[in-house]
Amino acid sequence: MDPALHDFGEFIADSLSREVLETKIECNELIVAVHREAIVKVLKFLRDDVNCQFKQLLDVCGVDYPHRDDRFDVVYNLLSLTHNRRIRLKVRTDEETPVPSATGVFVSANWWEREAWDFFGIYFSDHPDLRRIMTDYGFDGHPLRKDFPLTGHVELRYDDERKRVVYEPVKLVQEYRGFDFLSPWEGASAALPGDEKANAAGGGES
Amino acid sequence: MAESQIRNFTLNFGPQHPAAHGVLRLVLELDGEVIDRADPHIGLLHRGTEKLIENKSYLQALPYFDRLDYVSPQNQEHAFALAIEKLLAIEAPPRGQYIRVLYAEIGRILNHIFNVCTFAMDIGAMTPMLWGFEEREILMEFCERVSGARMHMAYFQPGGVVADLPDGLADDIRAWAEHAPGFVDDCETLLTENRIFKQRTVDIGVITAEQAMAWSFTGPNLRAAGVPWDLRKAQPYDVYDRLHFGIPVGKHGDCYDRYLVRIAEMRESIKIVKQCLDDMPAGPVMLRNHKISPPPRAEMKESMEALIHHFKLYTEGYHVAAGETYTVVEAPKGEFGVYLISDGTNKPYRCKIRAPGFAHLQALEFLSKGHMLADVVANIGSLDIVFGEIDR
Repeated sequence: MDPALHDFGEFIADSLSREVLETKIECNELIVAVHREAIVKVLKFLRDDVNCQFKQLLDVCGVDYPHRDDRFDVVYNLLSLTHNRRIRLKVRTDEETPVPSATGVFVSANWWEREAWDFFGIYFSDHPDLRRIMTDYGFDGHPLRKDFPLTGHVELRYDDERKRVVYEPVKLVQEYRGFDFLSPWEGASAALPGDEKANAAGGGES
Repeated sequence: MAESQIRNFTLNFGPQHPAAHGVLRLVLELDGEVIDRADPHIGLLHRGTEKLIENKSYLQALPYFDRLDYVSPQNQEHAFALAIEKLLAIEAPPRGQYIRVLYAEIGRILNHIFNVCTFAMDIGAMTPMLWGFEEREILMEFCERVSGARMHMAYFQPGGVVADLPDGLADDIRAWAEHAPGFVDDCETLLTENRIFKQRTVDIGVITAEQAMAWSFTGPNLRAAGVPWDLRKAQPYDVYDRLHFGIPVGKHGDCYDRYLVRIAEMRESIKIVKQCLDDMPAGPVMLRNHKISPPPRAEMKESMEALIHHFKLYTEGYHVAAGETYTVVEAPKGEFGVYLISDGTNKPYRCKIRAPGFAHLQALEFLSKGHMLADVVANIGSLDIVFGEIDR
């Protein structure tokens, strides 16, 4: 692990002690969990502080964890050209609570937030133009949610009688086949039932 | 004289327009011939790649990356392969890394030839297109000889590359690299000092370094604005830290500088190709860990173990330990990032693809405002837009 990155994580946590929930380093990348309401303040600090200089917002995206109460993560990836350093911010939200829009700090957040709205249904407050961006005109639903089926709900075809494209509920000749690969043989390092002696002979459990 | 009502003219540009570089629908509001508002409608090529990847094993998801930016497929694969390698904590053997860099640079040249030539055609020059595509054909043949596919290679995989270079290919690439700078020269004689080309590009779509950073520009478009930033130098991956090459930087951030940066980058890429061929060590090209990479065909005929590995690898795939990474490469268009979240199963939990063109296209309104209608076409061409990666 890079000690400089660790120190930098502590610096962020100290400077924004009220806003930051948690900092951790994974795969040599700094991840900072932030209070939802404070995201704009944190982004502004990271952009303008001399030690941070994260002048580029490279990506904003949503992640869906349907089993959680506040099911969505909004993830911001920032890059500092001056310090050659990256940081990842995470904010939690649910289907109703809006996240303050980052467009006031980084203009380029506009389309990524539209995309997160389109794909996940995450609201962004104070966004200048929160329209759908990727999906079809008049699309219903948020396709990247985990509970949205891979096949979608509607299909379209050209109707020769009506001379236009029509939407119909999706009809599948064969069900989509998903395979469960969480095989019971995975992780065979666990002791076999009734074979506890093998470890005991080897000098106790590891 | 009666007072006449003047209102802006709204024009629908695309989605079926040769200068829209794919399926861009652009709603333009014109005040006379001057752009007042430009609203790109994207998503007409949306295929749900991220959703599909969530439903495939890691190895099955790889070919989707070829189909993002189909002008330089190998660079996208590179990002995905590196992301998985990071999560699995493995590294490709040196020869595999050299071959990846070699082909990544061939991909860069493929992309820049395509962009420069189509850009020139958009603003009226036909010949570069005809010359350039001949050159691209040679490069795509190199891709075909190594992977069997001209474009959608599926050649870079976690742990290295699928197959070693066949006999004679290295010599052919070297022979091409000797004459390739001549092609770039020819291309320049057509465009660089061409009066019409300069009139259409100089001082069109100017963006300063600060603005380019605020709009999340990366790659040649950022460098054309005068920011010397290249991930191959700043955050090197594979063997880029052992190679010598320059980073061309522009001054004005206009369409002409973006063109010049790409031309200069092609020359640097040719240098890298030569260095890779010179420095490439012998040895395996793929990690010899049969939990990750398939065993050789011959071994499967004899060894039960190898057969099981092969079967497991191509049905279940491998499980990746829970974790997440944002891995980037310097793709020809800019920073191509893969934000990969793994939950310990054989499928990615979430795979967000950060396409450089997405951010670039977003700035189109900013670049085009106040320019003439014809300059929108120059801006689109110079930003290097490919819809495969923007719409995903």
